[in-house]
Amino acid sequence: MNIDAICSLVLSNMAFFVLAAIGIVCGVLVVTVRNLVHAVLFLAVFLLSVAGLFITLEAEFLAIIQVFIFVGAIVVLFMFLIMLTYKVSDMAVPQGNRLKGAAIVVAGVLFCLIFYIMKAMKWNEAAPVVTITDDVARIGRLLLGQYVLPFELVSFVLLAALIGAIVIARKGE
Amino acid sequence: MKLLADYMWVVLFMGLGMLFVFGGYITSWLIRPSKPSSKKLFTYECGEVPVGSSWVQFNIRYYLFALIFVIFDVEVAFLFPWAVVFKELGLVAFVEMMIFMAILLVGLLYAWRKGILKWM
Amino acid sequence: MQLLFDTQQLVNNIQHWLAGTCELYHLPPCLVVTCIAIAVALALIGGFISVNAMMVVLAERKIAGYMQDRLGPMRVGPYGILQTAADAVKLLLKENIVPKIADKWVFFLAPVVVMSPAVMAYVVLPWSPGLIVCDLNLGVVYLMAVGSIGVIGIIMAGWSSGNKYSLLGGIRSSAQIVSYELAMSLAVIGVLMLAGSLKMSDIIGAQQDCWYIIKQPLAFILFIIAATAECNRAPFDLPEAESELIAGFHTEYGGIKFAMFFLAEYANMFVASAVCATLFLGGWNGIPGLPMILPPIVWFLLKTYLIVFLFIWFRWTYPRIRVDQLMGFGWKVLLPLAFLNIGLTGLVMVLI
Repeated sequence: MNIDAICSLVLSNMAFFVLAAIGIVCGVLVVTVRNLVHAVLFLAVFLLSVAGLFITLEAEFLAIIQVFIFVGAIVVLFMFLIMLTYKVSDMAVPQGNRLKGAAIVVAGVLFCLIFYIMKAMKWNEAAPVVTITDDVARIGRLLLGQYVLPFELVSFVLLAALIGAIVIARKGE
Repeated sequence: MKLLADYMWVVLFMGLGMLFVFGGYITSWLIRPSKPSSKKLFTYECGEVPVGSSWVQFNIRYYLFALIFVIFDVEVAFLFPWAVVFKELGLVAFVEMMIFMAILLVGLLYAWRKGILKWM
Repeated sequence: MQLLFDTQQLVNNIQHWLAGTCELYHLPPCLVVTCIAIAVALALIGGFISVNAMMVVLAERKIAGYMQDRLGPMRVGPYGILQTAADAVKLLLKENIVPKIADKWVFFLAPVVVMSPAVMAYVVLPWSPGLIVCDLNLGVVYLMAVGSIGVIGIIMAGWSSGNKYSLLGGIRSSAQIVSYELAMSLAVIGVLMLAGSLKMSDIIGAQQDCWYIIKQPLAFILFIIAATAECNRAPFDLPEAESELIAGFHTEYGGIKFAMFFLAEYANMFVASAVCATLFLGGWNGIPGLPMILPPIVWFLLKTYLIVFLFIWFRWTYPRIRVDQLMGFGWKVLLPLAFLNIGLTGLVMVLI
């Protein structure tokens, strides 16, 4: 191994650990801070750190779309939602609610699932090194070729979300 | 690795933006005067003492606009890879995307007809 | 002349010179050279952003003056050219006032969230062949993504101030920005279809024979309108409508914090103009068919400042529109037109 390879290995490891640390800290803060707006802001930082992790995995398009949709749109949507919520003035949310039991069960199942996947993963085998230079074009080709049906179905899902939201919102008026 | 190196620039520029702001804050902090008084700490409301809570509740329309925005934003995310390969795939890609867009335009038309796009 | 605009040579020269210096002081050359080169690049862009903002603010006031048949700033320096520098010093010397009921940390950090994305966009601006900080594969999507982060800063500023007008201005502003951002991204799709790439340099390369403004006139108009609204400039400056909302989301901001919003606004305006020049006016290319008399960077800046002038011209020509007109225009006119543009472009490309 020459010096450049070592440098790059150190760099990518460092990037991973820094991003993972930011992600974990912000993720914990999202669910523990009492102020909803602060929680959403931490969520935004968390999503950015995930985008950074995608970069370390060489998934450039995914990373940028993560910022474009999650940070640029979903976080804004959450902000608007919070501004709409009742008793927005004191902003502190009660921690704990009546779905606590269900939440614990779901979280437990999810944790077991992730744990199982982590155990099944062969960590010691080095992944084959692939350098992808045109991931957007590849995604485009796959979307319009092999996965055209799911792709068209996505539009139906989006349509359903749109109409559903409008119907619910109009009922509230 | 090339990618990570590329995006180090992005991080550096994020740092540059922060440097701008914090550099400005520090410079200003060093040279500005400070004569605090309780009156100065009121929020501005045309010279009157502020009335009521400032965190007012908003019209649900803002939320609906944001929601429609999210949905079309997702569509745009699909349009980027489509636009890149459009030239090589030609007619097939065109028809597929037109179907995709038509379905979403139905949603837009629905919102339009229901008066959601009208600002109140 | 050529040497100045050829970055490869420039960087090589710097590196040779630095390597010599390193040998002199027995330092490991590679790391030091890289660090200094990076620092120089950052300093150049940072300096450009500040100087550009000062120049454009002055130009705006001067042009506004001449359009309204007055002289504009004349007192500070010859013809008032030092006016913005004096303003900057004034803003630095202002007292720091944070409202008592403000959310201190969010209030403090909001300018960062507005400023950082504005600076981050400069990573992919193509100044001249080879002279680009980093030519990302996904340049255009990156620009759109980064441009969408600033909205959060505006909501943060509006919410944390603890002022009704700030909150209303912040929410209005963000609703406007996201609406027009959509039209902007959709307008760009037409160009991407023609270029078949998301890389800035590829898009410019594809325009050597014909600028995309000829092939995509509708997209150009949509882009310019959406960009004006994105930058919160008149006639779309409702979030800051003085007569209704005082100063919108930055009502409570003063001194250096306000200066940061101001700086970010002008940094963003330059980015929007530069992107417009790159996507539609051929970037660093000269006029097709004519010999390239000027260096590429001059072409790029010429076109960019032409668009900046257009923005200023809009501001001092059109009256501000009403909020319902604004949203209606964005969703019922710009958005369908942008879809139409994509459909038409696709149809023509398939048929030909």
